[in-house]
Amino acid sequence: MRCRECGAEYELQATHVCEMCFGPLDVVYDQAALKKVVSRDRIEKGPKSMWRYRDLLPVEDSVPVVTLGEGMTPLVKAERLGAELGLRNLYLKNDSMNPTNSFKDRVVSVAISWARAHGFETIACASTGNLANAVAAYAARAGLECFVFIPVDLEPAKVVSIGVFDPNVVAVRGNYDEVNRLCSQLVESTPWAFCNINIRPFYAEGSKTLTFETAEQLGWKLPDEIIIPIASGCQFVRHRQAARELVEYGLVREDRVPKFTGAQALGCAPVYNAFKSDTPERVLPVKPNTIARSIAIGNPSDGMYVNRIALETGGVVEAVTEEEIVAGIRLLARTEGIFTETAGGVTISVLAKLARAGRWNGDEVVVAYVTGHGLKTADVLATANGHSRRVEIEPTLKSFREVVKI
Amino acid sequence: MGRRRLKLIFGSAMVKEPVIYQLGKQFALVTNIRRADVTRDQGWVLLEITGEAEELDRGVAYLESRGVKVEPAEGDLVE
Ligand SMILES: Cc1ncc(COP(=O)(O)O)c(C=O)c1O
Ligand SMILES: [Zn+2]
Repeated sequence: MRCRECGAEYELQATHVCEMCFGPLDVVYDQAALKKVVSRDRIEKGPKSMWRYRDLLPVEDSVPVVTLGEGMTPLVKAERLGAELGLRNLYLKNDSMNPTNSFKDRVVSVAISWARAHGFETIACASTGNLANAVAAYAARAGLECFVFIPVDLEPAKVVSIGVFDPNVVAVRGNYDEVNRLCSQLVESTPWAFCNINIRPFYAEGSKTLTFETAEQLGWKLPDEIIIPIASGCQFVRHRQAARELVEYGLVREDRVPKFTGAQALGCAPVYNAFKSDTPERVLPVKPNTIARSIAIGNPSDGMYVNRIALETGGVVEAVTEEEIVAGIRLLARTEGIFTETAGGVTISVLAKLARAGRWNGDEVVVAYVTGHGLKTADVLATANGHSRRVEIEPTLKSFREVVKI
Repeated sequence: MGRRRLKLIFGSAMVKEPVIYQLGKQFALVTNIRRADVTRDQGWVLLEITGEAEELDRGVAYLESRGVKVEPAEGDLVE
């Protein structure tokens, strides 16, 4: 592992920050050795899951992986949404089709596989929803003890879909910051693998597969631009790395790297705020207040790296209002038949906003990452004025003909 | 003995205050700065503090009482 800030190197271990400078640690690979084995052919012959990219993940060949068949989710060409936005080559990577309906299954599958193989008996996480859902499911699958820390006021629907896997749920009587602080102290004093904390470097690597698959599904080509929702910014950074690896190992036909564009909710937009400022690498924390709770991280660990990458690749970071988030969810459902959660609403409405502002001429290959399923946040639609095309009739043909014009 | 890796975030009012010096002086804590980015009107410092658990809590409470935002060094972890 290597420190992203000072370059200090470490043996592979359950640590996520550099002892010297407290910078984040990234897993590094033996590139020369990988160059000899990695090929399109070898990947295509692999399993129909993200584990076809195993050579590029930090789990040794001898280790049995903990899998529920995550990854290889559909990349669909969005003809109707594209037509509405003036994009002839718009694609959606529908990661809500993962086993627990969010992209978190990718990261958790890698994290728990690594942890189990390296002697951890208890898996833990601090989460407001999607992560806890994935961790509880994969811990059950792996037969490991599981502790999930949630804020005490987490929505009942989320608590149910976590609880069904029977983890130890610790509902912390405190606000979000206090859960955060408690967990960072627990890491120091328990022998547990916290997916998003001490084994974060392994966890993070799982997100690369989303971009690997996108390239493979486009016929081993990288798109011109990718739109990614940003919470901690962790996956955004790994997607840039994935593009680098696709080029380095000769998996894609050209060496052009996509523009990486980030999407945030204005109600929690620390990365966007910094992007718009004169000092994009100085990301100041905010207090989150948005319906997009799965991406409401006020002090994102990777915020400055997101802006660095967006600028380096020619991407942007854009943000949308609460109304636009709901409109984004409806737009995607109405045009493409895909029901996404609020984080997807953020992504789609940022896509729409940029398209309507004339960012593209129409021929670019643009991919939006739809990272979570709509049933996770269905309540935001229920409160948003029901459904406008509903009618009520008597159970008679007469009534039907009077009310419905066909 | 325990330790905490903290990110201290300062607003314009606090940048000139010697709070880290005070922290080490008023509490039985060893402070160790790892990285910082401070300008005239804002800044952050990555700080390690070592001491007994109760003293660590008191030290953090002191920082907050002085108007410093205190977070884990790696940022928000609740995903
Ligand atoms: C559905 C969904 N999309 C996007 C994200 C953002 O990922 P990251 O924290 O890596 O920026 C998350 C979680 O944090 C999520 O749950
Ligand atoms: Zn370092």
